[in-house]
Amino acid sequence: MKLGFIVNPIAGMGGKVGLKGTDGKEILEKARQLGAYPESPKKAKKALEILIPFMDEIELITCPGTMGEEEAIELGFTPKVIGEKKATVGPNDTEEAAAEMLDMGIDLLLFAGGDGTARNIYNVVGDKLPVIGIPAGVKIHSAVYANHPRNAGEVALKYLKGELETIREAEVMDIDEEAYRKGQITAKLYGYMNVPYQRQLVQSLKAGRPEQEESAQEAIADRIVSEMEEDVFYIIGSGTSIRPIMDKLELPNTLLGIDIVKNKELVASDVGEKQILDIIRGQKAKIIVTIIGGQGYIFGRGNQQLSGNVIRMVGKDNIRIVATKDKVVSLMGQPILVDTGDDEINKMFNGYARVLISYNEEIMYKVKGF
Amino acid sequence: MAKLKIRENYHQARWDEPIIYELSTPGERGILVPQPDKEIKDSSEDVLSNLPEHMRRKEKPNLPEISQKHVLAHYLHLSQETLGSNLNNDISQGTCTMKYNPRINETLATLIHHVHPSQDEDTMQGILGIYYKFKHFLKEISGMDKFTLQPGGGSHAVYTAASIMRAYHESRGELDQRDEIITTIFSHPCDAATPATAGFKVITLFSDDETGVPDIEALKEAVSERTAGIFITNPEDTGIYNREIDEIVRIVHEAGGLCFYDQANANGMLGIARAREAGFDMCHFNVHKTFGTPHGCSGPGTGALGVRDHLASFLPIPTVEYDGNKYYLDYDRPESIGKVRGFFGVAPVVLKAYCWVMMLGAEGLREVAEISVLNNNYLQKKVEEIPGVKTWYAEGRRRLEQVRYNWIGLEEETGVGTDDVMRRIGDYGIQHYWTSHHPWVVPEPFTLEPCETYSKTDLDEYAAVLARIADEARKDPEFVKASPHKCASNVVANPEEFNDPDKWAVTWRAYLRKHGKK
Repeated sequence: MKLGFIVNPIAGMGGKVGLKGTDGKEILEKARQLGAYPESPKKAKKALEILIPFMDEIELITCPGTMGEEEAIELGFTPKVIGEKKATVGPNDTEEAAAEMLDMGIDLLLFAGGDGTARNIYNVVGDKLPVIGIPAGVKIHSAVYANHPRNAGEVALKYLKGELETIREAEVMDIDEEAYRKGQITAKLYGYMNVPYQRQLVQSLKAGRPEQEESAQEAIADRIVSEMEEDVFYIIGSGTSIRPIMDKLELPNTLLGIDIVKNKELVASDVGEKQILDIIRGQKAKIIVTIIGGQGYIFGRGNQQLSGNVIRMVGKDNIRIVATKDKVVSLMGQPILVDTGDDEINKMFNGYARVLISYNEEIMYKVKGF
Repeated sequence: MAKLKIRENYHQARWDEPIIYELSTPGERGILVPQPDKEIKDSSEDVLSNLPEHMRRKEKPNLPEISQKHVLAHYLHLSQETLGSNLNNDISQGTCTMKYNPRINETLATLIHHVHPSQDEDTMQGILGIYYKFKHFLKEISGMDKFTLQPGGGSHAVYTAASIMRAYHESRGELDQRDEIITTIFSHPCDAATPATAGFKVITLFSDDETGVPDIEALKEAVSERTAGIFITNPEDTGIYNREIDEIVRIVHEAGGLCFYDQANANGMLGIARAREAGFDMCHFNVHKTFGTPHGCSGPGTGALGVRDHLASFLPIPTVEYDGNKYYLDYDRPESIGKVRGFFGVAPVVLKAYCWVMMLGAEGLREVAEISVLNNNYLQKKVEEIPGVKTWYAEGRRRLEQVRYNWIGLEEETGVGTDDVMRRIGDYGIQHYWTSHHPWVVPEPFTLEPCETYSKTDLDEYAAVLARIADEARKDPEFVKASPHKCASNVVANPEEFNDPDKWAVTWRAYLRKHGKK
């Protein structure tokens, strides 16, 4: 059993001092000046601790120094260390380590960090390897993280022991820190990684069993396709809950972008705001969106193309929100959020909206516009 | 008062019992049926010849071959490996309302075993009279105008209500337009499932994060000219009583919909509040939850469904009527939705429920509600004193007859969650508790319902056992996670197989096939 273990030791430093992330050298320096100290190694150890009873059966492969070696040795592991120790650690180191581990044929990658770290891992690993994240960063929008460091250890342990066979696709998301510090939020959906699944242990998003999720998504897609009207443009949002709709129509789907469909034929793929406006101007159009990311956004995170202007042109009544019941429940009562950057549009959504959760079922759920 | 005792040394039988097919020995028999005499053989026909060829088995059925002694032992072993009702402190089964089933009623029910529902009405006036009178009790308790006792259980009664709602809108020519049923996230799942089965679309109102009950604004947003009605429980699973219930009914009525009150468990309001005064058109009771009859294990039960006058003509046939002289079955009801079950319901269960109400009388029924609510509030206080337990929603507000608690605090602190505590509680001779219906809206949930059956000592024992387990979780979380240690069965070996259609098996034949055994 080969377990890869990567710690981003600087993840989380910005948060404690109010810096909304730790991406970029200057910010890291600023965080240090403000008195931030590494949080991540402590959290990584909490996860690795769980694996102690299984120590002899695991070949632990990790990076030098605080990127994993020190944490592992402190807990009594004798890890195999790859790469060379450097004075400062950056995103490249994470990517290089992940690439080398991938080549070594590890069974699972356990990593500690935040959304930035998840993106680095994703760039290299994609869907080639199961991973589980130890939440240690300031920003955790990605669903590849366990909901607690200890639970990341639990997932790893169970997966390595063969007790968890189910793998689900989990979102890798990140927001632009630079813009976030200035008060603007632009979040992007970067892709999906494969995460061993156990209820209650992974990020609350998509808390349902993958099999149930899948059949619920199928039912939603059946409904959407069955109610499609002639000569209406359907603006199909991003996300895995939406994908089955395009599959039903036997059309190519842009998982991370927006497609437009009319009369069950593809009109345009991966469109931007301007293109959408040009296509639907003066025509009847509807938008199909789902909840993206762990915080419950339907607009403003990962689908900026669906801007205030697009929504204004389509009209609120022509927006269909879809999500599985488990996904809605996993919001834990927090409202569905809208943040298009257009105050008027955001406010328009305040109140309640129907969310299609199965072929014949909807949930009336609270929506909040910023 | 009895002394509080935690059953430290409890130990369940662990027979490691095989499946009955695995006990089979070819040729072994329970009864050797003697061959008929030649004279009888010669004078009788071939009884199978009337069966069409294609319906006859080509091979003998694969039944286990096993002696009487071993069959009896097998089932006795299994019975010792369960924590059945009337056996232990089953406060655990929140939302199920486990209560004592008086032995005398079980005995009385055996008195009508010889009655067959196909008998002439004149020969079963006794049991028909009991049906009629029990329905009168229910009318008084609920304020509804007419009842049916035909449905075989709670969800069946709710399905019958959905069918009646459909028939009502159809009779007014509005069924095509009114195709949406509203329910709430903490109402029983059958309040969504049975209208869906009856062909309706279902709109579920989520609970407000603060109050734990749906926001009236959400309901106003949900109702329209498409609303057929609402199916709602109150109190919902959380135990929180929705004070705006009459306003909810008013809004749905105003939109042209009907209102069904799921009162499967009316333990918190017997003799105190009625569906009629809240404005409902229909309500139902599970007699095994509210009226002291045994839980039927999906077997014979009774779901009593009551309606107001404007829906009475749609009730299933036959109804039991009285003409001032004798009781009779009325099949002449042209608007009826028809039959929902054979004959007219499960007579022994109706008899037991009738006896239960007769034993208590009106004051007794009210006392049932009062003690249930008092017990629940006492237990809530004790349970909330356990570090690691919290009650979700509306902190500080009293619950009625049950509470949905959570172990979020304990889980965060120790890694021991509700599933772990649930398995461990069996080691103290207490029924494993009910977490929640799915999906879990409240994380790490557990739901307790101490109805009128339980004494103060029972309540104290229950809270003490939970506190003990929380303490164990702090000292040795792995021990609790590895539980049960003293129960018949341990954790499921391959839980993944429950999700795999190629592995799960509900029959022996499917098991053999899917697991390549034969």
